[in-house]
Amino acid sequence: MSTEIALGAGAGLSTELATEHHEHHEHHQSFITKYVFSTDHKMISKQFLITGIIWAFLGGLMSVLFRLQLGYPDSHFYWLQDVLGKFWVDDGRITPQAYYALVTIHGTVMIFFVLTAGLSGTFANFLIPLQIGARDMASPFMNMLSYWFFLAAGLVMLSSLFVETGPFSGGWVAYAPLSALRDASPGSKSGMDLWLIAMILFVVSSLLGGLNYVATILNMRTKGMSMTRLPLTIWALFFTAVIGILSFPVLFSGFILLIFDRNFGTSFYLSDIFINGVGALPNEGGTAILYQHLFWFLGHPEVYIVLLPAMGMASEIMSINSRKPIFGYMAMIGSLFAICILSFLVWAHHMFVSGLNPFVGSVFVLLTLLIAVPSAIKVFNWLTTLWRGNIRFTPGMLFTIGFVSLFISGGLTGIWLGDSAIDIHLHDTYFVIAHFHLVMGVASMFGMFAGIYHWFPKMYGRYMNNTLAYIHFWITLVGAYLIFWPMHYEGLAGMPRRYYDYSSWESFKQFAELNRFISTVVIITFAAQLLFIFNFFYSIFKGRKVTTKNPWGANTLEWTTPINPGHGNWDGEIPEVHRWAYDYNKDGREFIPQTEPVGADESQH
Amino acid sequence: MLKNILFNRLIEDVMMALTDTPNRSKKIHPHKFLMWMGIGSICMMFAGLTSAYIVKRNQANWEDVQLSPVFMYSTAVIILSSVTMYLSLKAFKARAMQKYKNLISITVVLGLVFAYLQYIGFKGMANHGVLLLGPGSNAAASFLVVIIGLHVLHVLGGVIALLITFFRAFRTKVKSYSPVPIEIVSTYWHFVDILWIYLYIFLYVAR
Repeated sequence: MSTEIALGAGAGLSTELATEHHEHHEHHQSFITKYVFSTDHKMISKQFLITGIIWAFLGGLMSVLFRLQLGYPDSHFYWLQDVLGKFWVDDGRITPQAYYALVTIHGTVMIFFVLTAGLSGTFANFLIPLQIGARDMASPFMNMLSYWFFLAAGLVMLSSLFVETGPFSGGWVAYAPLSALRDASPGSKSGMDLWLIAMILFVVSSLLGGLNYVATILNMRTKGMSMTRLPLTIWALFFTAVIGILSFPVLFSGFILLIFDRNFGTSFYLSDIFINGVGALPNEGGTAILYQHLFWFLGHPEVYIVLLPAMGMASEIMSINSRKPIFGYMAMIGSLFAICILSFLVWAHHMFVSGLNPFVGSVFVLLTLLIAVPSAIKVFNWLTTLWRGNIRFTPGMLFTIGFVSLFISGGLTGIWLGDSAIDIHLHDTYFVIAHFHLVMGVASMFGMFAGIYHWFPKMYGRYMNNTLAYIHFWITLVGAYLIFWPMHYEGLAGMPRRYYDYSSWESFKQFAELNRFISTVVIITFAAQLLFIFNFFYSIFKGRKVTTKNPWGANTLEWTTPINPGHGNWDGEIPEVHRWAYDYNKDGREFIPQTEPVGADESQH
Repeated sequence: MLKNILFNRLIEDVMMALTDTPNRSKKIHPHKFLMWMGIGSICMMFAGLTSAYIVKRNQANWEDVQLSPVFMYSTAVIILSSVTMYLSLKAFKARAMQKYKNLISITVVLGLVFAYLQYIGFKGMANHGVLLLGPGSNAAASFLVVIIGLHVLHVLGGVIALLITFFRAFRTKVKSYSPVPIEIVSTYWHFVDILWIYLYIFLYVAR
C-alpha cells in the first residue's frame, strides 16, 4: 500500500485542480439535467443502481413474507395484517392468493429488475465508457431512454401490487393458460395486464441499453485499445448485451401472441379449456407448449444475461486483488463466447417433462452438459488466479471469492438437472430452487456486491465502510448456504416448489422444522442486507473520502480519470492504451497501468 | 483459387477487426451500427414469430387460409417506395434538394399507401368469411394479423422517421450536410421492404 500512497500524493493535487476546473465548466447544469434527465453514463448507471437496490429490497422483502408462511404455517401475524391489509394477510396468515402473487413477483422482480437492469444496467453503463476510454455511450440519449423505460416498467409493476385482484400470481414464467385467461385466477385479471405492460416496457429498455453497449464497445474504443486489450468486464458485458439483443425480441413475440390470446380471443396458446364457474371456452387448436418454447428461448439466455456481468467483474476484481495477471485471458474470452453460443441451444432443458420428444430431449441434454466445459474453464482460471497470489481481502475481493464458491456449488447440481432422466424426478422440486438460486441468483448478487464495493470509490469519490461490509459478507455467505443447501434434501425427497402449505402431506411433514430453520435464516440474512443498504447510502454522503486517483492500484483506464470525473470523463485528451489490463507484478513492478508504453527492456507480455 | 483468396481476405478482415488498433476513418458510424444491430433484433422477433408459425402449422386444427390478392399490389408499392428512397438519398448526396424533397414525399405517401393496402387486404379476407380474431378464429388466420400487423407498425415507424428527415430538409437555421441520418433511415426502409418480401413469400409457401 505504501507505493500507492506515495503515488497518490502527486496525483491527488492535480485532480483537485481538475475538479475545480470541471466545476466551473458544468456550472450551468441545473438539478434536473444533472440528476434527473441526465445523459451522462455515470449518472444513468447510478440511477440504475439505486432503482435496482430499491427493487432488491422489495423483492427480498417479498421472499421474507412467503418464507414466513412456509416456515411458520401455524402462526398468526396480526401485526402484519395491520400493515399490509386483508388481501395479503388474513387472520394473521399470508393468504394463498398473496402467497402465489409474492413468489411470482419476487421472481420477476429479482431476475429482471434487479439482476438484469440493476446489474448489467449499472455496470455496463458505468464501466464501458470508462474502461474502453470513451467520453460517453454511442447514443447517450438512447441510454437515458433506456433508464426511463426501466423506471416506467418498475412503476407499472409496482402499481400492480395495489390493484383489487392483486398482482399476477401464475409464476414468473407466466405460462399460458394461467396468464392468458382472465378468469383463470384473481391474479390473471388486471394484475396480469400490468405485468405484461411492465415487461414489454422492460424489454424495450433492455434492447435500447443493449444496442448501445455493443455499439459503444465495438466503435468507441480509445487509441490502442484493441479487442484483446479489453478488460474482461467489458468482454462479459459485451456478450451479455449480444445475448439480450438476440433473445429479448423472441420473448417479445411470445408476449404479443399472449396479448392477442388475452384480449382478442385468438387461440395461439389455448385449446379445450373448461373453467369452473365460467364453463367451456370456445378456443380450439392452440398449444400452451408454444409459449414455453418462446419464453424459454429468452428464459435460458436470460440466466447468462444475469450471470456473465458477475463473471466479468469477478475476473477483474480477482486479478487486481491477487496482484496477479488473470490466468488464461484468451481462454476466459473463449469460454464467455462458448457460453454465449450454447445459451441459445439449451432452452428445452426447462421442458423435459412437458411431453417433449425424448430424442429431442437427449440432444438438449448433450448441449446442456457441454456448458460444463466453459464453466469449468472459468472456475479453474479463477482458482489459478488466486493460486499463490498476494491476496488483499477487500470487501469486493471477498464477495468475488464468495461468487466463485457459490458458482461451483450451484453449478454442480446443474449437471444433475441437465440430465433428462434425473430431471423427471427433480423437476419442479426444491432441488431446482436450490440450484438456480445458488448458481445464478445469489452468485450474481455476490458479483453485484463485489462490483459495488469495488467501484464505489469511482462512483462517489468515497469508500464504503469496511467493517459493515465484512459483517455483511459473512452473514450473507453463511446465510446463502444455510438457506439453499437444505433445499437440496427437500427436493431430493420430492418436495414440490410453489406449494402454499406442506403440512397436509405425510411425506413432507418431516421437513416442517427444516423449513422453519430456513425461514429463520432468511430473516437474519435479509436483515444483513439492510446493513448494506445503510452502508451504501451513508457512504455516499459521509464515507471516507478517496484521496488518490487509483486507490486499488489497478491498471484499467477508469482509474486514470479525476476522482470525481465530470461528463466526458477525462479533462484533457483521452489516454492512449499500450498494453492489456493485467500487468500485475511484472518485471518486479506491482502494477503497470494500461496507459504506460511498453518499455524496451520489458519482458514479453 | 479464387475461393482461397476470398477466404484469406475474410480471415484477414476478421483478424483486423479483432486485433488491430481501431482506425477512426475506416469505421462505420456508431449510429449506423446501432441501426444494423436494431435490424438484427427486429429479425429475431420475426424469426420467433415465423418459427412459432411453423411449429403451430404442424399441429392439429390448422386451416388453410388464402392470402388476399391485394398483398400483391402492396408488395409492388413497397418495392417502388424502396426505389424512390434510393433515388432520394442519391439526390441528397448530389445536393439536389428540391428533387430530394419530392422523392422523399413520394416515399412517405407510398409507405402510407402500403399500410392502407394491407388493411384493405385484411378487410377483403374478412369479407370472404375468414375469421381473423375473436372466438372461434383459427390460429392460421390470427397469425397473419399478428405478423403482418407488426410489420405494418414497423413500416409506419419508418414513415415517422422519414417525416422527421423530411422536415429537417426545410430547416433554414441549421443546414445539415451530413447524409448519415438519411442513410440510416434509408437502410431501415430497405430493410422493412425486404422483410415484407420475406414474410410474403414465407406466408405464401408455408401456408
